[in-house]
Amino acid sequence: MSRTILICSGKGGVGKTTLTANLGIALAKQGASTAVLDADFGLRNLDLLLGLENRIVYTAQEVLAESCRLEQALVKHKQEPKLSLLPAGNPRMLEWLTPDDMKKIVGMLEERFEFVLIDCPAGIEDGFKNAAAAAKEALVVTTPEVSAVRDADRVIGLLQTRDIQPIQLVLNRVRPKMMVNQEMLAVSDVTDILALPLVGLVLEDEQVIVSTNRGEPLTLNGSRSPAGLAYTNVARRLRGEDVPIIDPSKESQGFRARLSRLMQTKIF
Amino acid sequence: MTLRDFIDRLLGRQTASATTARQRLQLVLAHDRSDLNPELLEQMRREILEVVSRYVEIDLEEVDVSLETEERVTALVANLPIKRARPTPLEAAEAKPDPESKAEAATDTPTDTATASA
Repeated sequence: MSRTILICSGKGGVGKTTLTANLGIALAKQGASTAVLDADFGLRNLDLLLGLENRIVYTAQEVLAESCRLEQALVKHKQEPKLSLLPAGNPRMLEWLTPDDMKKIVGMLEERFEFVLIDCPAGIEDGFKNAAAAAKEALVVTTPEVSAVRDADRVIGLLQTRDIQPIQLVLNRVRPKMMVNQEMLAVSDVTDILALPLVGLVLEDEQVIVSTNRGEPLTLNGSRSPAGLAYTNVARRLRGEDVPIIDPSKESQGFRARLSRLMQTKIF
Repeated sequence: MTLRDFIDRLLGRQTASATTARQRLQLVLAHDRSDLNPELLEQMRREILEVVSRYVEIDLEEVDVSLETEERVTALVANLPIKRARPTPLEAAEAKPDPESKAEAATDTPTDTATASA
């Protein structure tokens, strides 16, 4: 049985596409055949993060128009051949995709791949509705910031009315120091407010920028950087492995951190 | 309230920004999820007070009607302290809370909801 997972956030710039790229590579590395579908065809970037931008010839659009076969449109990753990219469309064609198109193309992918990851555009309008049309489960990406959490909440509401489940949370760009000092929403604040199970916790990590510069996701070369490990762990959890999530603000053992934890004790 | 919030308050310092963020989010999400705008909430509040005032006299100073949210469930929480029961319920027409209390209701809530729409 193939699993079709929507990766969405509501707010832009919180790390959807980075998660999709890294997760796709990580799943493929773990042996699962995986397709990543860039549903954000107006502003597509998944190809760039995967380093595949020069290899796109066809898109889902040509497949649906039957001017090429699915195999021709799929772009296989060179180092990780179990991963294929399918761009939904061409940035110049803005209005061809409907929810039915999406279901059809995802249906074709599901016949061939164990995992189909759909990189959803930001917002909750048509682009989101199209991308969500074929999804069975979802990962909601958010950062510990009020605007991102609010938008995530809207998206979760919409996913729930579509009977998409499970819906799981990836908390991205966490800064442990700020959390310890209570200058950033705590992990439990976000999970309590959104009431979703946490499937990943990713620290703010400069290596993410370095890896996007190169078009080589962190998970590709077994990076030991904090974000790289976190993405690999998300993939392992999705495949059913029990990998504990460590709350970084509770880990640090310095005097300051311990004092901060004491200060967070609920007194009434 | 956490120990830190308590000490901050004692010293008259600003609370930690994470606490502020959490409180602001909880309020704004309660409104987002219920799709009630402050105006509708205010109207509902006035009507609830009207109905309840028919049966009991309410301490209008202490009235609090607000949305609260927990575990993705939003609840309308009304706290209406009762001064005394009315010996006989008033008719609907008479029950319009006296003009004085109406004015109060109008000035009271917007401050309450202003943060939500911000």
